[in-house]
Amino acid sequence: MSAGQNAILRALRTPKGAIAGAWLAAVVLVAVFAPWLTPYDYDIQDLPGAFTAPNATHWLGTDEFGRDLLTRIFYGARTSLSVSSIAIGISVFVGMVMGAAAGYFGGRFDRAVTVVVDLTWSFPEILVALILVAIIGPGITGTMAAIGVAYLAQFARLTRAQIMAIKSETYVEAARSLGASHGHILFRHLLPNALAPVLVAGMLATGDAIILEATLGFFGLGAQPPTPSWGAMMSSGTAQLFRAPWIIILPGLAVAITVVAINLFGDALIRALDIRSRMRDA
Amino acid sequence: MLGYVIRRLLLLIPVFLAVSVVIFAIIHLIPGDPIDNLLKVGSGPDQRAVIAARYGLDKPLVVQYFIWLWQVLHGDLGTAIIARRPVAQLIGQALPHSLALGAAALLFSTVAGIVLGVIAALNREKLVDQVIMGGVLLGSTLPGFWLGLLLILVFSVYLGWFPVSGARGFGSLVLPVLTVGLGGTALVTRVTRVAMIEASQRDFVMLLHAKGMHPMRIQLRHVLRHALIPVVTILALRIGWILGGAVTVEVVFARPGLGTLLIKALNQHDYPVVQACLLMLAMAVMLGTLIGDIVQAAMDPRVRAAIT
Repeated sequence: MSAGQNAILRALRTPKGAIAGAWLAAVVLVAVFAPWLTPYDYDIQDLPGAFTAPNATHWLGTDEFGRDLLTRIFYGARTSLSVSSIAIGISVFVGMVMGAAAGYFGGRFDRAVTVVVDLTWSFPEILVALILVAIIGPGITGTMAAIGVAYLAQFARLTRAQIMAIKSETYVEAARSLGASHGHILFRHLLPNALAPVLVAGMLATGDAIILEATLGFFGLGAQPPTPSWGAMMSSGTAQLFRAPWIIILPGLAVAITVVAINLFGDALIRALDIRSRMRDA
Repeated sequence: MLGYVIRRLLLLIPVFLAVSVVIFAIIHLIPGDPIDNLLKVGSGPDQRAVIAARYGLDKPLVVQYFIWLWQVLHGDLGTAIIARRPVAQLIGQALPHSLALGAAALLFSTVAGIVLGVIAALNREKLVDQVIMGGVLLGSTLPGFWLGLLLILVFSVYLGWFPVSGARGFGSLVLPVLTVGLGGTALVTRVTRVAMIEASQRDFVMLLHAKGMHPMRIQLRHVLRHALIPVVTILALRIGWILGGAVTVEVVFARPGLGTLLIKALNQHDYPVVQACLLMLAMAVMLGTLIGDIVQAAMDPRVRAAIT
């Protein structure tokens, strides 16, 4: 068993880690199997049945078009989870390559990367994301690009700090004196040792990305109708705040619990891997 | 100290230029020809030329940038396409609302965060501490706009204490400030608590205990003063984030601030307004960080020694 699997198992054995892990597993399962879990369609309107309060047939009620809210939350999990995790995945990869190359080679390239990274780092993610959405335009692509760029600086900084800390260790010297190439040293020796904090930071950032995706969706700049996303659902529910508050409360709860669960699980992982001090490096 | 302030101000110039290039580029990077975006449907080629000439879009890109920058530096932010009014006028109306919200939220999160952090640190590992830190986790993870909607629902719809939206009078500021301030409060609380706990393990604290000083007096007079330095540092770094939080919350409460203006302009593809709003927000973040840095330098003798 790899060290990573081992750490995940240890994190799952703590009470907080177990509850958080169970919720996250449930959300992923719901997102994957959404069509089989509900008899309703996320997009079929039933205007006479609009604004139904939660009851036996519609467990979480219906929205302003009479669509089953639970169904839309299930399908919304698909959008929210896939958009944020794909965007963060790409962001982690690019940030790691940038940060590792900058930390390893140093010099002018390092300075150039550091300037760009520090520049994005000094602005709030939401502002960076709004600039990106202004350039690319609203929709899922724009949202993913916005999330990816907004968090890039964090991963680049963290990776660079890890690489700087270990690049003059004796085993790296040994590999170099045996004639190993830069690529070999970077990918076989340095990156595997720098991986854990960056991956955990990526997981924690996925939680923030879910909120960012929901925020952009709430502004009408994220996934466009009829694609259900947690943010867009709350946006359309705003006008119905007095009449049917559940349209806003429930998708928001889904976001909130999922993000809290990601944070709790990330925290349990940090403890299991004992990398808290390394997470602060950047 | 004055030298430091001047150097920090000069450092802002390249950052401002870099940000302005990105924001200028927006109108040219958006999908499609900017002239098409400005034209009415069914316009002929002569109207294209008119529009291109009016917005200077027939000149080379670099020239356009410098013309734009020159105008921006003179307070000319162009004309809003939808509202057909000078953008500077729209910004001038929106800015005071955003500044009021941002400043009040900053004040609220600083005061509430320090008080909660001290209480948590004094009751370390006890129930009070756990309740506060649980609240902090929630406060830092809940989406701001959702929290705002919940507050509206409870305090405006059900209890009727505050207006649902708008920006008239003090009452309309309470819920937005709470919403924006909560994320900041969570951050300040966390940092204050850790800084208090770390500071109370220092040697000088042990000396004060040995001298027989009252423990409460030690905590509040000596440990807290020591702990405030990292708190100010984090506040300095995060002033921009609090302003950024204001953007989202304004929309929820329909406050006529920069955030509301920006989101509306984004949805209407009114790019001169989008550019101006983003530029103002970016500048607010830069100035906020600058002020934070200066306050930190003024407070911490070690930082002051390092920079002079």
